[in-house]
Parts: sequence; C-alpha cells; structure tokens
Amino acid sequence: MTDSKCSCVTKEASEEQMLYAALLEKGMYAGIGLLFITFAIYVFGIVSPAVPLSEIAKYWSMDSHTYLEAINQNALHLPHPPTGWAWATLLHKSDFMNFLGIALLAGITIFCYAAIIPTLLKKGDKAYAIMCVAEVLILALAASGLLAVGGH
Amino acid sequence: MSQLFSKLAGLGTAAFVATVSSPILSWAAETMATNPQAANTTAWWVWPLVLLVVTFVMGIVAVLGGVGGGVLFVPIISGFFPFHLDFVRGAGLLVALAGALAAGPGLLRMNLASLRLAIPVALIASTCAIAGAMMGLALPTNVVQTALGATILGIVVIMLTAKKSDYPDVKESDSLSSALRIYGIYTEASTGKDINWKIHRTPLGLALFVIIGIMAGMFGLGAGWANVPVLNLLMGAPLKISVATSKFLLSITDTSAAWVYLNKGCVIPMIVVPSLIGIMFGSLVGVRILKVAKPAFIKWMVIGLLLFSGLKAITKGLGLPFFF
Repeated sequence: MTDSKCSCVTKEASEEQMLYAALLEKGMYAGIGLLFITFAIYVFGIVSPAVPLSEIAKYWSMDSHTYLEAINQNALHLPHPPTGWAWATLLHKSDFMNFLGIALLAGITIFCYAAIIPTLLKKGDKAYAIMCVAEVLILALAASGLLAVGGH
Repeated sequence: MSQLFSKLAGLGTAAFVATVSSPILSWAAETMATNPQAANTTAWWVWPLVLLVVTFVMGIVAVLGGVGGGVLFVPIISGFFPFHLDFVRGAGLLVALAGALAAGPGLLRMNLASLRLAIPVALIASTCAIAGAMMGLALPTNVVQTALGATILGIVVIMLTAKKSDYPDVKESDSLSSALRIYGIYTEASTGKDINWKIHRTPLGLALFVIIGIMAGMFGLGAGWANVPVLNLLMGAPLKISVATSKFLLSITDTSAAWVYLNKGCVIPMIVVPSLIGIMFGSLVGVRILKVAKPAFIKWMVIGLLLFSGLKAITKGLGLPFFF
C-alpha cells in the first residue's frame, strides 16, 4: 500500500476540503431547519396553502404533468402550470414555502464548489479549478429550470 | 455474554421491524389492491402518517443493513403507496441527498471522504444524472417502474455476490490518477496505523460512473450500492475511503438530478418532509442499535425487502397481479 510518491500527502484534510466541509455543514443545517419550520407552518395552518390539505390526496397519484395542470386549474390560476422557479412567486402560500428549504438543500453544493475555486487557483491546481468551474456550470444549468421543458 | 446480547438485540430489531412494517405494508397493499380510489378518499393525514412510520423503520433497517435510505425508499414506497412514481423518485432523491449532506461534512473533515477523488467522479456522475432524470421523466411510467424493478433485482445480485476489500492491492497508480494526484493517507482507527492509498483503472472507473449517474437520476435512487464496488473493487480505494467518498458523492450526484425533479414539479412537500423526518430519526435510532448489535441477518432482511419490492415494481410496471 505504501507509495513513495505519497510522501507529500498529509493525514489532515486539505484546506479546500475543510472549507467545503464548513460551508456544506452550514447549508445543511440551514436547509433542514428551514424545511422543518416551513413544514410546521404548513401542517399547523399558520399560513394558508395554495392546495388545501384536505385535497392533497386527490393529486398525489397523478403524474407530475397532470398534477401541475390540475393544481393550476383548481387552485393557482396562473397563465402556465408552475414549473421551474415559479414556486418562488408563490412563497406566500405555506405549501410552496417548503420549497425554500428544499432549494437550499439542493443548492448548497453549488456554493461549496464555487467557494473552493480561489483556493485551488492559489495553489496552482488548475485542473481541479477547471473541473470545479465545470461542476458549478452543470449544477447551475440543472438548477436554472432551463431543462424543465417537455415531460410526459 | 456480549455475543448473546448482540444476537438478542438483533432479534429484537428484526422482530420490531417485522411487527411494525409488515402489517402497515399489508394494509397499504390491500387498500391499494382492493380499492385504489380508497387511497383518495382516506383522510389526508393517514398516508403521510403511515409514510412517517414506514420511513422511520426504513431508516433503522438502512443503517443496520449498511445501505442508503434511497435504495429502499423508491421501490417500497412506489410499490405500496398511492403516490405516483414521479413524486416518489423526487422524494427518494431528496431523502438520499439529505442523508449525504448530513454525513458529508464529518467525512470530509476526517479525511475519509476524498475531495480529490470525488471531484472528477462527481463531474461525470452529476452530468449523467441530469440526463438520467430527464430520460426517466420522459419515459412512460410503466417502463420506468419495470426498469426500476429490474435494477433493484440487479442490486440484490450485487449485494449477494460482490466481495469487499478493506485494503485493495494497488501496485501502481495509473497515469490519470497520478496526474490528478488522487491519493492520500488516513489513520485506521481500529489499528492506529496510517494507511497510504492510491487508485488504478481510473479511466474505466470514470466510464462506469456514466451508467451509475444515469441510473441514479432515472430512478431517484441513491447510488451507494454501485459507487462502493466501483471505487473499492475496480479502482482500488480502501473500503473506508470508498464508503465515505461514495456517501459524499451522493450529495453532488443527487443535487443535479434533484433540481430536474424539482423544476419539473415532481416534489410534493407532504411526501418529502415526513419521509425526511422518518428516515432521519430512524437512522439515529439505527445508529444506537448498531452500537450494541451487529445483526448479520439484517443484511438478509434488506436483501429480502429489496427482492420483494423489486418483484412488486416489475409486476406493477407490467400490470401483472402480485400476491401479497
């Protein structure tokens, strides 16, 4: 297992790994906390939802396309069914409020990658810096909603 | 004495799991089979409550069986609950993602998850997970359900046949991993020894993550079941590094696919949040049980559950009767 080339490696995690871990931890706690708070607001009826709780069971057996059409027709009355980031315009409704925590959990990795790029560049680790930039772009594309076209 | 206690704790866990989950899944299957419309007329809080209880048990079993929650979640919930597969896959990805995010910081700090190993792998897997998610949402549900069942049965075969190697013998790094400086040292807590590790067969390993990424995105499964054998057996990373890096990898792979599901409207908070709470608390209880017991037969229970839910997914996808 021993490799003479590995002598430059230390047992401690690298600077960028520690930075990534610190940011990931903060984002994870914030996301989970936000999700629990907004779900409590939703379930206990503190803020009214777009789709009443008593009607939610009518929708969850539909495919996602039919579901979006149905809730738009019955509850939201938007020009188009709410795909992509449309949920962000519905945050005053407690069911859509839950998407804040979900988006934070799904988005923190993008920030972690972006944060370690300067450290990698400072170390002259261009290959990894380029891979991190590519990952940020890929995840940002997925998050952008540009891919939310088509479907069933 | 401690062995006896360990066995008793294991038996107790198995009995608890069987006592709690079996009648609930029987009830769910019966309700769905005899009168699918009943699922819509039942009080709204019943299914989320049942989901909370089942995912709590699932969280315990997942920890004891050494599998991710996502791989149990999608086949079982899609097989026995009235939720459409689109929402189950969306929730499954978020369940796997939350678990990976919770474990990631600690694993990175302990230097068990290797960022240098994860970054190139994640770039490929997360890109392909987006493609997989889009394919999964474009294909007819019965096709995806049948393919999911076949994949679950494939996972059972992997669990039954794949061997693990604590310290694979890597004589020489390949040129790609050398150029990317993918190697490291960690301290093995059980022996106190420092372990130098390096990897080989990197191009082939990276190519396999194309398939793993597509499957993770298409079925909403966490992909630890595939990540670990590739990292450990093929690429030669020590088992602990493979398991930890795989867990961390899920936080990136599942992020990309989760965004596709989120943007396509495949996320219903009333399904996602009870699942997250159930799995999280179940995992906490599972970790406590794990301290006093190493029930090997829990692995067989997980295999049995996967076999059962895989067959259920196939029969559901093909529209065949399933006797339960």
